[in-house]
Amino acid sequence: MIYLMCLILFSIGIYCILVKRNLIKIIIGIGIVEYAVNLFFILLGYRAGGRAPILDEKQVVQNMVDPLPQALILTAIVIGLAVTVLIVSIAVRIYEKYGTFDITKIRRLRG
Amino acid sequence: MNMALLPLTPNLLPLFVAIPLGSAFIVSLLGKKLRGFSDTFSNLATFSLFCFSLLSLLLIKRLGTVVYKVGGWIPPIGICMVLDSLTSFMLITVNLIAFLVTIYSISYMERYTDKWKFYTLFLLMLAGMNGVIVTGDLFNLFVFLEIGSISSYALVAYGVEHEELEASFKYTVMGSIASSFILLGIALLYSYTSSLNMADISRTLAQGKGSQVVFFVSVLFLMGFGLKAALVPFHAWLPDAHPSAPAPISAMLSGVLIKALGVYALARIFFNVLGMTAISSSILMVLGIISMVLGGLLALGQEDIKRLFAYSSISQIGYVVFAIGMGTPLGILAGLFHLFNHAAFKSLLFLNSGSIEYATGTRDLRKMGGLTSKMPVTGYSSLVGSMSISGIPPLSGFWSKLLIILAAIEAKHFIFASIAILVSILTLAYYLKVQKLAFFGELRDSLRGIKEVPLTMKLSMIALSIICIFGGLLLIPGVQKNFLSLATEVLMNGNNYAQIILGSIK
Amino acid sequence: MTLIVKTITRLTVGLILLYGIYIVTHGHLSPGGGFAGGVIIALSFVHLMLAFGKDLALKKLSESLASFFESFGAIMFLTIALLGFIGGYFFFNFVFKGKPFNLFSAGIIPLCNIAICLKVGAGLFAVFVALVLLSSTTQKGNK
Repeated sequence: MIYLMCLILFSIGIYCILVKRNLIKIIIGIGIVEYAVNLFFILLGYRAGGRAPILDEKQVVQNMVDPLPQALILTAIVIGLAVTVLIVSIAVRIYEKYGTFDITKIRRLRG
Repeated sequence: MNMALLPLTPNLLPLFVAIPLGSAFIVSLLGKKLRGFSDTFSNLATFSLFCFSLLSLLLIKRLGTVVYKVGGWIPPIGICMVLDSLTSFMLITVNLIAFLVTIYSISYMERYTDKWKFYTLFLLMLAGMNGVIVTGDLFNLFVFLEIGSISSYALVAYGVEHEELEASFKYTVMGSIASSFILLGIALLYSYTSSLNMADISRTLAQGKGSQVVFFVSVLFLMGFGLKAALVPFHAWLPDAHPSAPAPISAMLSGVLIKALGVYALARIFFNVLGMTAISSSILMVLGIISMVLGGLLALGQEDIKRLFAYSSISQIGYVVFAIGMGTPLGILAGLFHLFNHAAFKSLLFLNSGSIEYATGTRDLRKMGGLTSKMPVTGYSSLVGSMSISGIPPLSGFWSKLLIILAAIEAKHFIFASIAILVSILTLAYYLKVQKLAFFGELRDSLRGIKEVPLTMKLSMIALSIICIFGGLLLIPGVQKNFLSLATEVLMNGNNYAQIILGSIK
Repeated sequence: MTLIVKTITRLTVGLILLYGIYIVTHGHLSPGGGFAGGVIIALSFVHLMLAFGKDLALKKLSESLASFFESFGAIMFLTIALLGFIGGYFFFNFVFKGKPFNLFSAGIIPLCNIAICLKVGAGLFAVFVALVLLSSTTQKGNK
């Protein structure tokens, strides 16, 4: 059930990228898609009745959720940050050159 | 610690990733203060990488397949780096082209400001490509894929003009959607097999029956890696991105990036990890044929020389994917050989277009003519490159295209073989158009003052044309047995990959 | 910015910086580590820039110094990885590992955290400075 919600979030992101005309809204759409995939990956690691995977010296080792997706998603979040930073600086430069954020007017390359 | 024997021990493997990463940041630190430092240091780095990739061939001969445990942790708990024959074949291709392109860009990049920024991004892209080729773990492949892709998004927008920014924006949006699909595929595969090591997943999948999850995952990977490899219908970013980049970057993008990130990853995952089925094979073949035809037809009407070369890349990658998708030993051998040849001649053609732009300042075919009289090196190497890509004997392109057509006939796909022959004639047609309009004919008055390009640019072009001429020698039985056939065997092994890797861990 | 924002910034920026350093150095004991701590440290400088303007923030950490720290952090990380060859493997944990759950334990992990914190913090701050400088030159050009 909860994986279906992740898929709905993913589709909302793809809708933003395909339909919206403002450059900044497309960038927000890319962010939503990346976060939906990250959320899906973390939810896969859930074990019923588990607790946070942090060791402490006074506690007995018990049922934990899977820690491997959490480490991987840290890396994926950093990658998403890098892409966002790069594409925002490209968008700022495009505004400087073309004077508009509207993607239907930025069409010098044909074909 | 035996430092004297360092080149021929398994410790060679991490150096392929560590050397470009370290050089990128050292150039970023010291490049703006010392003049000429960034040039010499990056050329030294790519030259040493090329020598190490040649040494990797000797290493395989001595030790067999090498599995290197990073940090001493045993896979599948830790990450491992794998060196087998397909890896060393790709390493030689990538590092050779990177070295020649770095020599070319010593003179070409004088027109742009801040050369050290260029070299930093270039070395980071090279580190990403080497990392994808050498790794044995799925998530590590995703991380290096992203490093290479993000550097290439920045490099396409390098000279900040109108068209370059627009092309880079389009490329970034499409590339990041593809990476999200790949991450989704990795997540589903992890939930099904609970491991991220490629050998371990291969072993688990070989024991179970083919289920729906595996089919869905293979479709996701096809969409993601297919966009990086510019297969039709995911090709729309390539004709905008490749012409807008500076010429050495176009050579790297078209020559090695779409192969290392796209075709190699696709082949490795479909053959060794997921297992090749009849459905995947026919999908790859059909997509390859459509790419061949569409790329060729769209290239006929172009007037911008670099845009024509970009559409031609789509067509030739269609040849490679079609041949690899056949799944027979002769098919895979032909596909890998055509991959190596295409890296050589497409980089040569893009470097030629760069020198035309350096000398005349234009990329429009209608404004050129008769350039061979003033620029002989560019003219003759362009002639060699065009004849080789069209498949004229005895240059290297003829042998690889012949092998592809023979493999198609042997596997009884007669319609596909005849389509391949027709597209080859189409390729010859548009390359003859380029040669006639640009190099032969009358020299225009506006172009009378042009001179030949500087020495370093000439050196790279001559070296690449020598590779084009003598590339057919790779098919001599003695040489072929050691280089291409071993790479073919790795892919034909399919799921036995798991036994080889897990058995070599010491 | 108004007087309220400036006063609160003056009081809390030092605490934010200290909190970021705490998260970095305890990265092997509790959640956080290099990346999260680096972002918090960068945000303390950005907070200064938002409240007082870019000139004051650039006096505290100039852009060439940020660029130097960024490359230095990456080179430090790579050096730690290459020094692992002493133990025989790339990235091997060769430093003396103390008792678990102490502050000085777990070999190279705290050193790697510090290297990543330098790189991420300096990099994020340099990005903000570059975007602010770009927009200010654009406005000067438009006038």
